[in-house]
Amino acid sequence: MRVLLRGNFSLWLGAVLTGALLLMAAVSLVWTPYPPAAIDIPHKLAPPSLAHWFGADALGRDVASQILAGSRVSILVGVVAVGIGLLFGVALGLFAAFRKGVAEDAIMKACDFVFAFPALLSAIMLTSAFGPGVVNAIVAIGVANVPIIAKLTRATANSALAREYALAARASGRGPVAIAFDHVLPNIAPALIVQATIQFAIAILAEAALSYLGLGAQPPQPSWGRMLSDAQTVLYNAPRLAIYPGAAIALSVLGLNLLGDGLRDALDPKLRARRS
Amino acid sequence: MALFLLQRLAVLAATLVVASLVVFAVMEILPGDAAETMLGPTATPEAVAALSHKLGLDLPLSVRYARWIAGLARGDLGVSAAYGSAIAPLIGASLLVSLPLAAMAMALAAAIALAAGVYAADRRGRAGDAAVMGLTQIGLAVPNFWLAILMVIVFAVTLRLVPAGGFPGWGDPARAVAALILPAIALGVAQAAILTRVTRSALLEALNEDYMRTARAKGLSRRAALWRHALPNALVPVLTIMGLQFANLIAGAIVVENVFVLPGLGRLMLQSISNRDTLVVEDGVMLIAVLVIGLNFLVDVACAAIDPRLRQRAA
Repeated sequence: MRVLLRGNFSLWLGAVLTGALLLMAAVSLVWTPYPPAAIDIPHKLAPPSLAHWFGADALGRDVASQILAGSRVSILVGVVAVGIGLLFGVALGLFAAFRKGVAEDAIMKACDFVFAFPALLSAIMLTSAFGPGVVNAIVAIGVANVPIIAKLTRATANSALAREYALAARASGRGPVAIAFDHVLPNIAPALIVQATIQFAIAILAEAALSYLGLGAQPPQPSWGRMLSDAQTVLYNAPRLAIYPGAAIALSVLGLNLLGDGLRDALDPKLRARRS
Repeated sequence: MALFLLQRLAVLAATLVVASLVVFAVMEILPGDAAETMLGPTATPEAVAALSHKLGLDLPLSVRYARWIAGLARGDLGVSAAYGSAIAPLIGASLLVSLPLAAMAMALAAAIALAAGVYAADRRGRAGDAAVMGLTQIGLAVPNFWLAILMVIVFAVTLRLVPAGGFPGWGDPARAVAALILPAIALGVAQAAILTRVTRSALLEALNEDYMRTARAKGLSRRAALWRHALPNALVPVLTIMGLQFANLIAGAIVVENVFVLPGLGRLMLQSISNRDTLVVEDGVMLIAVLVIGLNFLVDVACAAIDPRLRQRAA
């Protein structure tokens, strides 16, 4: 781990910011300064103070508490959407790499096709058909993740399959599933971890955009995107309300992107050798 | 080239058919009875049946699909349930806002990316490169709608230089373009960050090629070799990513239009969602899919025109 972190600024900063995001979510599970959804009209638009660190919003809700609790939706959507992407993407990618031929072509063509429907567009379609909610947001973002992971899995698995250890395993009579789990997956895992980190960041951005549009998390569940759309209605009176949730989104995304970049440098032995 | 075009056209046609089937399935088959949803839980069965008949929902799926596609091909997108008027002019008017917005954002992003990408690649590993790469990380992390709100706070609320939103219409082109500048910046920054990174890495790759050594050996200056030989070769990946990013750009436009209250396609679709005006959303999504797929087809052809190797690989 020390070797991993040495001289890798992206990894350091990314790990700290991502750690802070996870810590916020964990803390919010047991403690927030106020109940995040508690309306307190007498204190509406209260400026930041010791009692309300970031002030209160137009309904008197404590902004700091909402920021803390809002991290949960971001993490939930990120984890499940990336999970969906990994589950189906890795399976499809491995299948394509092992089967080759028509199956590989068909899967890759399907992946290109899904790129034409970005998460936001799928979410609009799903919301229009089934109504707004976190589940639709997760499905839309998760589906958009599948082709990205599938293409990466296929490309990296193909090069792993061409290596001697995979050929040796095949020659010794091992089946494709055993080769996939014992030889291919451990070797392509670093690339998948890096991509999953970056997709996590993209999922947080997409969830925030959907919640901002009213298509994601629904009240009273606090979410950073909805806080921004609430803040926009009182922009002339309290522009500061638009600062905190946006900064929370940007710092989380920055942290995950830096972590992904840093991990790529740390996990790629070729780059590491060049640096040291 | 003719064979390549023919192959790409076949793929284009197949992709469009699949796209229309997916949109039709998600919007019309999965949700169940649209008439029931539109009328609410208190509706009588007779009213639901009457509306179903009026909307053509009692017809077989294949007939409904064929009617929808035939209508799209004729430019007849159906009638909006909420506005009671034809959908085609509604979407047409919204495109007059969305397409210029997307074009301005893409132009801005391409201009920034080309300058910053060349600058960073030329100074690889030095402070200028690190600064550009750091800025791209920030550009990637800041959500476009937050940047949009921040710009409204600075330029509309504090400095009072521009209105906080709205669109004056193309009757006054100068004011119309002015109304699109902040939205285009909000939309273009993330794209600029992505394209800068792609331009930089594509250039770095090109700079390592043998033809660069040849160009220097025949006496070209480093900078001349970069502009004349490395950059044209680096353009293929940049163009490809630009094409792929177009879908995200349109998706981003949906959000940014909402911040600035611009009457574009995104706003029309969102209003249609709250109006339960499913057909408008269906047509809008299909139109965006056609635009995205069509543009990527053009990018493929453009790349093949730039790089003859791509044509041979396909044939």
